[in-house]
Amino acid sequence: MVRLEEHKQQTEHKAIENLPMPQRVYITLSQHLGKVCEPLVKVGDPVFLGQKIAAAQAHVFSLVYSSVSGKVGAIQEWPHPVLGRCKAIVIENDGLDKLQVQKVARSQEEVGRLTPEVIRNIVFEAGIVGMGGASFPSHIKLNPPKPVDILVINGAECEPYLTSDSRLMIEKAKEILLGSELVAKCVGAKDVYIGIEDNKPEAIEIITHQVTKSPSDFARGGQSYKLKVLKSAYPQGGEKQLIKNVLGKEVPSGKLPFDIGVVVQNVATCFAIYEAVYLGKPLYERVVTVTGDCLESPKNLLARIGTPIKELIDFCGPRSKEPSKIIMGGPMMGFAQFTDQVPVIKSTNGVLVLSDTGYKTIEDALCIRCSRCVQECPVGLMPCLIAMASQKERWDLANDHRCMDCMECGVCSYTCPQKINLVQLIKQAKMKVAR
Amino acid sequence: MQNNLIVSSSPHIASHDATPKIMWSVFFALLLSGAAGVFIFGMRALMVILVSIASCVATEYLIQKLRRKKITISDGSAALTGLLLAYNLSSTVPLWMPLVGGFFAIAICKQAFGGLGRNIFNPALAARAFLLASWPKHMTDFARPFTLDAISSATPLACFKLGKVSGMDELGLSYWDMFLGKRGGCLGEVCIVALLIAAVYLLWKKYIWWQTPLGFILTVGGLSWVFGQQGFLKGDFLFSILSGGLILGAFFMATDYVTSPLTKQGQLVFGVGCGLITFVIRRFGGYPEGVSYSILIMNAVVPLIDRYVRPRVYGVK
Repeated sequence: MVRLEEHKQQTEHKAIENLPMPQRVYITLSQHLGKVCEPLVKVGDPVFLGQKIAAAQAHVFSLVYSSVSGKVGAIQEWPHPVLGRCKAIVIENDGLDKLQVQKVARSQEEVGRLTPEVIRNIVFEAGIVGMGGASFPSHIKLNPPKPVDILVINGAECEPYLTSDSRLMIEKAKEILLGSELVAKCVGAKDVYIGIEDNKPEAIEIITHQVTKSPSDFARGGQSYKLKVLKSAYPQGGEKQLIKNVLGKEVPSGKLPFDIGVVVQNVATCFAIYEAVYLGKPLYERVVTVTGDCLESPKNLLARIGTPIKELIDFCGPRSKEPSKIIMGGPMMGFAQFTDQVPVIKSTNGVLVLSDTGYKTIEDALCIRCSRCVQECPVGLMPCLIAMASQKERWDLANDHRCMDCMECGVCSYTCPQKINLVQLIKQAKMKVAR
Repeated sequence: MQNNLIVSSSPHIASHDATPKIMWSVFFALLLSGAAGVFIFGMRALMVILVSIASCVATEYLIQKLRRKKITISDGSAALTGLLLAYNLSSTVPLWMPLVGGFFAIAICKQAFGGLGRNIFNPALAARAFLLASWPKHMTDFARPFTLDAISSATPLACFKLGKVSGMDELGLSYWDMFLGKRGGCLGEVCIVALLIAAVYLLWKKYIWWQTPLGFILTVGGLSWVFGQQGFLKGDFLFSILSGGLILGAFFMATDYVTSPLTKQGQLVFGVGCGLITFVIRRFGGYPEGVSYSILIMNAVVPLIDRYVRPRVYGVK
């Protein structure tokens, strides 16, 4: 674990703003782990806000909704923030936000009567995925194959620069807790823990206040809520790391959290689940932190899915410096983009516009065995040895050094004084070993 | 702006610690002890230091030039090797010795193995061992402190070894003298206070860790006390630490990244091992001092330590 320069002060006190609607949205057919969706609309079709426009025939996938009303302009290949390119539905926005049918809002009593099956179905129908970055379809996570008794809400937000989760906790604490109550009900958890890093005192105060003021509001199933303040360190918000530091338990190597009776959900996901169940609103917009040293006025924006990030960047402009990198996500695990035309997808928690940091990995550098990567690896691996095995294409050796336990957090590359991109070499080894 | 965007894999940020920064920090921290050496033994010590550094840097440059490799003399590692080699020499050695030693350290002990990161033995110490084996007379002649002419003097450890003296008072030295460096010895090892200041700085910067030096020093001190020359539990703890090259070796040579273990636990094992061997050599061996040999022997054991001392992997019992 390492302490990183946080760079959160630029946006942590900025309330979430609505981004003006774009003229056109580019809604990619893959916004989740699992099968890519097929379009349900044709070019020229009128579409409404929140209309289902793509689906798939598979177990693991998530439905895709229109984030504006208007007309399908095209269905074409478009830059994708993670995949490089992907087919996308282009919708010409009429700016009217027309709805097909009135949203079904539910009162708290009505929600209280919903069974786990019904909640899961609403979550599925709303197209919700894990919004912390992994984008795993939530309805599957809400149906664990083994009994679960603990739910951990992930409010760590350990990546530098990002403040979207933090702002959401400050502004929508009650909604997040109502959403987490629904998750707890679905998975059958009795204890709910909320893990927040100690660099978010405002969020901690508000959540504490909500939990202590009227605990019965979110505990109609008899759940207990506990707040766990975590040391600010990266990767505190990694799922397995969070479980260890909140519960003092470890997920056995090669297993998943539900194997030890735990489910982890991100705060933004809980909020989306709240909106789906209480407001009848599918996932078509999300909070995105837009920041970086190239922007004059960084912000937290509520942006429609499918909005090209250029619109977000321009809204936070003017640019004070020429950017050399645009990153979707955080600086440790995010994806560098080749164009500002990539759209916001369901897992986009941040857009970073950075000038040249001077950081370059050195291709032919040799490890000097300084042992920093070994000391800082949150999993307890010896990254330099795995990387060396990977360079020599000794995949057997990489496997012996337990490369498959790596969670790709990037701490090893960060600490390396020789600027070797260790995590990249380890990812290569993982791919080879998995085959 | 589209065309100028850099696309690379994550992470997109890195710590400010880079190898040249670390190497030069160690180099500059160590200069204090060298300055003390020059103060104690005179300008001759400065000559030895300069020749040694020049020899190491020039050798590295020439070999990399000949092999058409990237020239890396600016990373400070060759200069640091040169500095450490000089610190392990007497100020009275003929000046061709640091020249030959520097060449041996870089050409044979470092570049022949593939350069920085690939060498098995600490280059400065291996070169010292080479010089000691080849020209023992020059290597064991030491100048008396604060005398301009080279009057040979034995080190305190050698005096004990030869049975010339049985206590500190017979040497005419106080612990304070030894702490400040008023004794015969290698030019960079005598001024303990200067070395400790540098060590504290590097520990604070997290460029070195306490495991190796503490394990090393306490083992030597503890064993010297328990199995003292004057009897069981009657040894001189402080003398064993302040004499010889223990402080220099423990903080600046045994902590060499390339030739020490990868885990902190392993580094502790390494330090204790160094301490054990040093004690055995000092007490029972043919040489009065064993710090450099103990580190070299433990260098050879590093792969074994790394094999058995591993960090616990998350989720593995």
